[in-house]
Amino acid sequence: MNVLHFAGAFFSDSAHWHGYDGIPARLGEHARYTLQALLLATAIGLPVGLVTGHYGRGGNALSLVATAGRALPSFGLLVLMTTLLGFGMLPVMIPLVVLAVPPILVTTYEAMRSVDPAPVDAARGMGMHESRILFQVELPAALPLVLSGLRSAAIQIVSTATIAAYVSLGGLGRYIVDGLYQRDYEKVVGGATLVAVLALVTLALFWAVARISVSPGVRRR
Amino acid sequence: MSDYLHDFFDIPSDLQHSWLGLIGLHLREALLPVAAGLLLALPIAQLCVRFRWLYPPVLGVTTVLYAIPSLAFFVVLIDYTGQSELTVMIPLAVYSLVVLVPAIVDGVRSVSEETLAAATAMGFGPVRRYFQVQLPIAVPAIIAGLRVATVSSVSLVSVGMLIGNQGALGNLLHDAQIYNRPELTWNSVITTALLAIVLDALLVLVRVLLTPWMPNRPTRRRPAPALEDAAR
Amino acid sequence: MIITAKSSTRSIPRHPGPAAVALAATAALLAGCSSGGTSEDPLKGGDAKGGTVVVGSNNFAESILLADIYGEALKSKGVKVTYKPNIGSRETTYGLMKNGGITVLPEYNGSLLAYLDAKAKPKTVEETTTAINGKLDSGLELLKPSAAQNKDSVTLNSETAKKYKLTSDSSIADLKDVAKDLVFGGSPEFQTRHQGLVGLKSVYGLQFKTFKSLDAGGPLTQAALKKNTVQAADVFTTDPTIAREKFVVLKDPQNLFGFQNVQPLVRKGELSEEGAEALNAVSAKLDTKALLELDAQVQLEKKDPLDVARAWLKSAGLD
Repeated sequence: MNVLHFAGAFFSDSAHWHGYDGIPARLGEHARYTLQALLLATAIGLPVGLVTGHYGRGGNALSLVATAGRALPSFGLLVLMTTLLGFGMLPVMIPLVVLAVPPILVTTYEAMRSVDPAPVDAARGMGMHESRILFQVELPAALPLVLSGLRSAAIQIVSTATIAAYVSLGGLGRYIVDGLYQRDYEKVVGGATLVAVLALVTLALFWAVARISVSPGVRRR
Repeated sequence: MSDYLHDFFDIPSDLQHSWLGLIGLHLREALLPVAAGLLLALPIAQLCVRFRWLYPPVLGVTTVLYAIPSLAFFVVLIDYTGQSELTVMIPLAVYSLVVLVPAIVDGVRSVSEETLAAATAMGFGPVRRYFQVQLPIAVPAIIAGLRVATVSSVSLVSVGMLIGNQGALGNLLHDAQIYNRPELTWNSVITTALLAIVLDALLVLVRVLLTPWMPNRPTRRRPAPALEDAAR
Repeated sequence: MIITAKSSTRSIPRHPGPAAVALAATAALLAGCSSGGTSEDPLKGGDAKGGTVVVGSNNFAESILLADIYGEALKSKGVKVTYKPNIGSRETTYGLMKNGGITVLPEYNGSLLAYLDAKAKPKTVEETTTAINGKLDSGLELLKPSAAQNKDSVTLNSETAKKYKLTSDSSIADLKDVAKDLVFGGSPEFQTRHQGLVGLKSVYGLQFKTFKSLDAGGPLTQAALKKNTVQAADVFTTDPTIAREKFVVLKDPQNLFGFQNVQPLVRKGELSEEGAEALNAVSAKLDTKALLELDAQVQLEKKDPLDVARAWLKSAGLD
């Protein structure tokens, strides 16, 4: 139980709990990067996915974009952007957003396409406006899948923001990269534990959001 | 321009591989885990199909495993397997497994009762029915899972650079830094992306060849949520 | 047989032309045919141990270059060499030296001593070597030091130097009052080393605003200094960009960064006498000026370190 021992040592060292390199500061940074990137990616992917899914057009174009986005290696892109743009948030945000848009885009599109056409036709027959059909009929039914796309995106951002410590980004990856270079296995394991916990918390948050926001009628299906 | 191209393919001696050598190394580190994942996923998925109660807990465990970031996974393994290729490949095999199990389960389950009944009526035993009816019909779903697993695996190998230069094409990223040679970063990114795209296209081709009865365009399906967890 | 003939370098001239290689290969082939494999394994050669020497290096350009110089110098004496370059920081490579994963490693005497004993304060190079040998793992030993030095440093960008009116005649101690306003950049390992942030605090009383983990004096550090993301950073004194970017290296009167002579660290008894002599001959020829020039060839002119190493050995008559 080596790893547990190292993790225990890391968390019981009070020096790891304050200052710019303390756990609260690094955790805060990591959460901030994740939120920023997720919001940006959602702002791009969600509307496009909803509209294309609603009209059922552009599926092929979307899957091309998604394949291309996934094929780009995020770690390489991170290093490349840092080389091209230097320091700051932008070179980090670009790869994180490129990474997060495809799952949001594709899942949203698929979610909208998988909505039972009968209620949509009924709504249209009742003279409902297209935008109301989208938001009041399709979206509630598609919500579980849409959320799962956002969840994937969030998990990937948490994971990749860790690697970004190599190009001197803060966040929890700092502990892992610093620990590797300092041969401080305690730090490495401590950092790895924190990142894993953050990823699991993200998972739990999405589960909770889904419980609250998905209408019971849809959930029972 | 030709100078630049020359620099582009001029791999620093410390990597001890040519450009093609690095590609070979990258393919091995990326594809062996996917193959291992597939070999493990088939029996696990079959168990989940056979014993329905098993599937929800398996899905839960795999979702949690998939949430563990690659770098965290790598570094924890260093204590057991050292800074080696194996340390990179084990997590990639786990990620592949996690993507493939739901893909196979959903695929095999999508075979209708009527089809199964017809097979039974023709005198197929359960084993023959699995290999000759259920598995072939599940091929599109399995290939869809393989595509995600493969592309993600190719992308993730690069991260192995961080644990003692075990990242094949990803090692170019570090050399680009220490030798001030940004063209090596471009090389790494472009080559890795092309590898992923070519492998993805090959898998699509395999699906078309294996399922001659299907239209070339896959029919609309409810995607398994985990399938969208691609590169991390 | 062809392959083994090529790799047993002792049997062929130091600079085998294609003809020589072909000849040796043919000879070996013939020998293989006639003797029917009863002869000795050619790989064993006549070397002391007959084993392969593994030359390792840390993960920055100069270390890789030095490893190439050592490795090629050994090869020219007929030692069988494999490279394990670009491994990681000293914290990693020292561990590999101890457990036998690598046989030869280019080291910097002061940094190595600081790693082994943070409190040591040697006054001369000889004292440094003695102090290291006292602390070194029993399986390891240092060969002769070279005159070439490459130190860590506290280096300011020109903007910061101007702002606080500091020049290359100023000392690290002059930062005492302003450090709290400065962000310091260095490799992740610099943060926890005595010859690093720890010593800057205990020896010079410097407490920086924050520390930013970058790389070991590489392009991240250079870019961060240039863009003023960090105002001060650890830059290696042989870094060719110092002059180009008009960075200001502060003096180190307390000798925190110690002596930093390039010196081969080897595993005891795993290198033939001839091999050790080859490395000592390299140390005898290598000085700071030569090192600066070689670094510039790799980092500014973008030549491959292995080519640079071979060319230098040739020019120094060590090939």
